Amino acid sequence: MDHIDMHRLKQGEVNLGTSIMAVQFDGGVVIGADSRTTTGSYIANRVTDKLTFLHDRIYCCRSGSAADTQAIADFGHYYLQMQAQTLGSAPAVLTAAAIMEKMCYQNKDQLSAGIIVAGWDKKTGPSVYNIPLGGGLFRQPWAIGGSGSTYVYGYCDATYQEGWGKDETVNFVKNTLTLAMSRDGSSGGCIRMCVITEDGVERKFIPGNELPKFWEGKEVLGEATQKALAAISAVSDVAPMAVEV
Amino acid sequence: MDHFPTNWGRPRNDAFDAYGTYPISQRPYNGPTTDAFSDGIQHTQQPIVTGTSVLAIKYKDGIMMAADNLASYGSLARFKDIQRLHPVGNNTVIGAGGDMSDFQYIQALLDQLMIEEFTEQDGHSLGPSEIHEYLSHVMYSRRSKMDPLWNSLIVGGFKDEKRFLSYVDLLGTTYSASTLATGYGSYIAQPLLRKAVEGNEDVLTEDEAVKILEQSMKVLFYRDARSLNKYQIAKITADGVSVSESRSVETHWSFAEGIRGYGAQTQ
Amino acid sequence: MTSIGTGYDLSASTYSPDGRIFQVEYANKAVENSGTAIGLRVKDGIILAVEKLVHSKLLIPEANRRIQTLDRHLGLATAGLLADGRQLADKARDESANFRDSFRSPAPVKYIADRLGSYVQVYTLYSSVRPFGISTIIGGVDQDGPSLFVIEPSGVFFGYHGAAVGKGRQLAKTELEKLKLSELSMRQAVFEAARIIYLVHDDSKEKTFELEMSWIGDETNGLHVPVPKDLLAEAEQRAKAELEDFE
Repeated sequence: MDHIDMHRLKQGEVNLGTSIMAVQFDGGVVIGADSRTTTGSYIANRVTDKLTFLHDRIYCCRSGSAADTQAIADFGHYYLQMQAQTLGSAPAVLTAAAIMEKMCYQNKDQLSAGIIVAGWDKKTGPSVYNIPLGGGLFRQPWAIGGSGSTYVYGYCDATYQEGWGKDETVNFVKNTLTLAMSRDGSSGGCIRMCVITEDGVERKFIPGNELPKFWEGKEVLGEATQKALAAISAVSDVAPMAVEV
Repeated sequence: MDHFPTNWGRPRNDAFDAYGTYPISQRPYNGPTTDAFSDGIQHTQQPIVTGTSVLAIKYKDGIMMAADNLASYGSLARFKDIQRLHPVGNNTVIGAGGDMSDFQYIQALLDQLMIEEFTEQDGHSLGPSEIHEYLSHVMYSRRSKMDPLWNSLIVGGFKDEKRFLSYVDLLGTTYSASTLATGYGSYIAQPLLRKAVEGNEDVLTEDEAVKILEQSMKVLFYRDARSLNKYQIAKITADGVSVSESRSVETHWSFAEGIRGYGAQTQ
Repeated sequence: MTSIGTGYDLSASTYSPDGRIFQVEYANKAVENSGTAIGLRVKDGIILAVEKLVHSKLLIPEANRRIQTLDRHLGLATAGLLADGRQLADKARDESANFRDSFRSPAPVKYIADRLGSYVQVYTLYSSVRPFGISTIIGGVDQDGPSLFVIEPSGVFFGYHGAAVGKGRQLAKTELEKLKLSELSMRQAVFEAARIIYLVHDDSKEKTFELEMSWIGDETNGLHVPVPKDLLAEAEQRAKAELEDFE
């Protein structure tokens, strides 16, 4: 009950305190998520799959209540099957996003769900839609979501560029999620990704022990700095983190 | 022994008032939290993804409005390319502050309203005053269901050689004036707009109107922590509706370079 | 009318021994008595045209329109009972609105035709109701371009390049078949449609008529609107001139 915004969750509920992401590139989209599910500070599942199938070329990333988002995704999946059968063609990503948004908006007082819908369709090609907490539909070239996302907005703003290919986009997702997972206690574990293109959906998996490495403390500081720190800590017991060198 | 019978059988906090001697009014309550409202059901929501001020003025040729492109998520500047000025038909623009999901719902509602009017094919079309009246009924009926649409809206338009400018909000409150501003704008920009516009509605040129709004948007950017220096201007005239591309104003900070400390400090 | 007096024609819920539903066939008769309606699907749009028979000189010109607008991008022309056409158009407007509401995009023409077909078909199942006395031409432009459908009283619907229903449908169809519809522009099609309506109108039997025309496509920014007055007048003039040459 300490740090997580539990008052919006039902008592004892399983929370996808999460880092999720979707990025559009020329021929498709890359979506990704961490794999941690928590109840309070206990990790209820460390290998969760938060990338959820909606239709052949449309997936969603789920954040918020696990129960709510699973129910919404199940309904979305059902409506899209119906839509595909009645119209006789694969549904558009907009259609999927609109259906999901409607459920989130109309039941906003009972749900905690932040969902990113992404995929590929014949009409628009790749697209990414963000559906935040109370509903609303926002198309974006890249979207991040979940509790971990707040730590990496700056990184994404500084890093993202238009015109990337698949590999650069996959790297961007991988790095962003790693950074988010390292700062957010409610995110962690492995990274799961999907590359969705006209040709199909390709799954990618980064195990928790093979994530990219970023700065984590004094071990990566230069040798001179290490020496200076050692000198300081020899004469006083000031914690190294509080020193401006 | 607790000498107050009203406490018998109730949970006790030994860390506070260990001997149960405090007067009842000073004792902490240790049971489940209940109050006059705890049996109640919350019907109203809170806004989540929000837009800030909308500004609007009358000028010689019609109405001009401005709103920035930001949709905030609490203090997070979450979406930076949101359009909050929405044309409805050929004579009207609505500008929205407040919850953006409710605003999108209102857009869909108005779109359907305009389609219904279009399908009549009777030579009539809905103008700004009708749209404002419709919105005021929608907003008031939702607040009466204790489920308001969390917006403040400005409806601007030009039809039959007449300018129209009115406000409606989540309570169904409406009013009109030759300058209007919602949210932070009603505190910060409204005085500026009034000073520049009132009495000059029929002489202000388009360029002058743009300048007035630019100046107000700049001040809002300086003082509203939920604003963005990226905004659009809409104008509604006899020629119809147009919403500009996103633009920004030049801001000034150089005077701050020489400032030292917060009082006597000089270096 | 061999069906009369047999008792098998009293209800839509009764088959005749050879597997026909006479009430539906009678509904087709109601369509055949109506002024002709045609629809043309050309390369960049749809043209709907109706021969509206004016049964009284006291009527206000342009009253009782038989072409109706369903949505920005959808129009419909009916032949048969006028009031049935109104009800079906109302239903179509509902369907179109619901689709927009659910999916945030305009409904495909085929989807609306499908829903209306199902709706019409239900009226062929029960003894308590009468089948729709109309054939409906529904036209529109969606993301796949212009498309045109006809819904019959039985509830079946087909897609067409050119469609004709009502009294003069046979002659109209032969005329439509002569056209290279997929190569015509909307403007050319307006003239052709007017010509066909004037051609199929039987002066000797019928009272006066009004030509009613609408179009959807590139010319109209994807909106279903009546053909502008001046263009309509020009089309009528040309149609009359051509008819005189023909005779």
